[in-house]
Amino acid sequence: MIRRLSSGGPDPGTISHRRSFRHSTMMLWLTSSMALLAIMMLVALILLLFWLAAGGSSGGGQGVAAGDHLASIFLRLQNGPAPYNSEGIFAAIVGTVAVTLLMTIIVSPLGVIVAIYLHVYARETWYTELIRIGIHNLAGVPSIIYGVFGLGFFVYVVGGQIDQWFFSDALPKATFGTPGLLWASVTLVLLTLPTVIVATEEGLARLPSSLRDGSLALGATRFEMTFGVLIPAAMSSLVTGIVLAIARAAGEVAPLMLVGVVKYAPSLPLSGQMPFVELEQKFMHLGFLVYDLTLHAPTGDGRMTLIAAIALVLVLVVMSLTTFAAVLRGRFRMQYAQEALF
Amino acid sequence: MSESGDIKREAFIEASRVSHGHNRHAPEIDVKAVSLSYPANSHALQDVSLTIPGGCVTAVIGPSGCGKSTLLRCFNRMNDTIDGCQYSGSILLDGLDVLSVKTDVTQLRRRVGMVFQRPNPFPKSVYDNVAYGPRLGGIRGRRQLDEIVENALRAAALWDEVKDRLDAMAVTLSLGQQQRLVIARAIAVEPEVLLLDEPASSLDPISTLRIEELIYELKTEYTIIIVTHNMQQAGRVSDFTAFMNAGKLVEFNTTDRIFTNPVERATEDYITGRVG
Repeated sequence: MIRRLSSGGPDPGTISHRRSFRHSTMMLWLTSSMALLAIMMLVALILLLFWLAAGGSSGGGQGVAAGDHLASIFLRLQNGPAPYNSEGIFAAIVGTVAVTLLMTIIVSPLGVIVAIYLHVYARETWYTELIRIGIHNLAGVPSIIYGVFGLGFFVYVVGGQIDQWFFSDALPKATFGTPGLLWASVTLVLLTLPTVIVATEEGLARLPSSLRDGSLALGATRFEMTFGVLIPAAMSSLVTGIVLAIARAAGEVAPLMLVGVVKYAPSLPLSGQMPFVELEQKFMHLGFLVYDLTLHAPTGDGRMTLIAAIALVLVLVVMSLTTFAAVLRGRFRMQYAQEALF
Repeated sequence: MSESGDIKREAFIEASRVSHGHNRHAPEIDVKAVSLSYPANSHALQDVSLTIPGGCVTAVIGPSGCGKSTLLRCFNRMNDTIDGCQYSGSILLDGLDVLSVKTDVTQLRRRVGMVFQRPNPFPKSVYDNVAYGPRLGGIRGRRQLDEIVENALRAAALWDEVKDRLDAMAVTLSLGQQQRLVIARAIAVEPEVLLLDEPASSLDPISTLRIEELIYELKTEYTIIIVTHNMQQAGRVSDFTAFMNAGKLVEFNTTDRIFTNPVERATEDYITGRVG
């Protein structure tokens, strides 16, 4: 009787074990299906763009080999949209990469230094808390607002002042007091600064305080501790922040329309001499090209395919920029994998 | 009163006997009326005075939260890293007032090394961990660094185990090896005083034994102060023992005396396990 009771009654240990097993299996299914969905959406996007770009919508894509698809996309890109047929979209690719890289070069040290200040140097007061709240809020501001700010502050105020000080000979023709590559990059810097700061500060905060103590106890100054121990140890989160910043900036169009992107730029914003970029030049951008073609180009032969082809190139450029950064992060993570042990 | 005076004198006679003749690099430390407060604890240390003899191992024991780690962190000013920490009194190290605002803290910390409760190697190679301190001191020559690293690792009884993998990440070592590595890292700066904050509390018995042997070997060269929860450990490794309770120094004497015939009732209660 007793035995039957005990064997018939559920064993609490088994139940909790089963439940946790069920939960973990469910989570595994849920998370993996979501991940699969995300990948499928990305693949679908690229395939659709590819198909459209190859003229699939007009029925020409049927039964054509992949190589021909590529060739036809390339031809379309090379012929380029009117009125800049001869140029193709090379200038827009260069412009997109240039503005993103310039943004990265400026935002990385700036964001990291702010994060170091907040985490290592500043005391915890209402003032630092205010800075932190401000930074978190900045991340939520619509990007077009940054464009307006960039135009009003960087282009007119800062650029106008630079012109008066250094380029007064050229006045009234503006040199820096007009939208250009530098101001577009700096506007993107503002846009991505919160991302870099938050990621870096969280990376620093995740480090065990024993690393700080250990370093200080050996007679390191706070500067030596920060750059000798903390930053190398937090490198992977630091690079993560930069990857996210690149991903956000490379896809951004709205603010750039106000601070430097144009439909057609006669020359590339590059030069053969140091510093190899023409900071004050206006430039072309893939995202803007898509926008412009969609709304302002004459409808007709192959417009949709051209838009899709450019969109495809934009997606690939953004993906290769972030992949490059992610590979970099992977290398740091390998190097400092042991971080997780603390 | 006179009885405690006798004991102090006896302690110093004992000290000179134990320390195999005073090593000039192992100075004594004179703690005078040190009080310390945190925002969270306004009486972390209350009027602590004692003279820690050079070239000996001094253990600081007491129940959790009695201020023993706080006292230890006074000797190299690590308490400075805590916001709102205030202290008074003086700690004299060869005539240098450790607690003075004029003291160069980074210089002080090169003279007073510290090893923490949990091994905290940097996420760098074994070699770079040990070379970290000397590099901060401006030593750059590869050959000179090689020599310092080897000597420090030998002194910490770790050289034979890691000499073939100096480029391996420090965190791949076992916990016990990591703790000895951290000791080597502290030694590499050639300090005069070594502060050990429960250095064996996260280690297994074998590793603990090795750390204790190491402490025994190092005491001829350094003034060692060790904070420990483990009274057997205090009894095994130390020449002197200070017993603290609730931020106050209750009793300071030779370890033999503290463990066999303590003056204060509180000390006896703690050591025999009736309290704490």
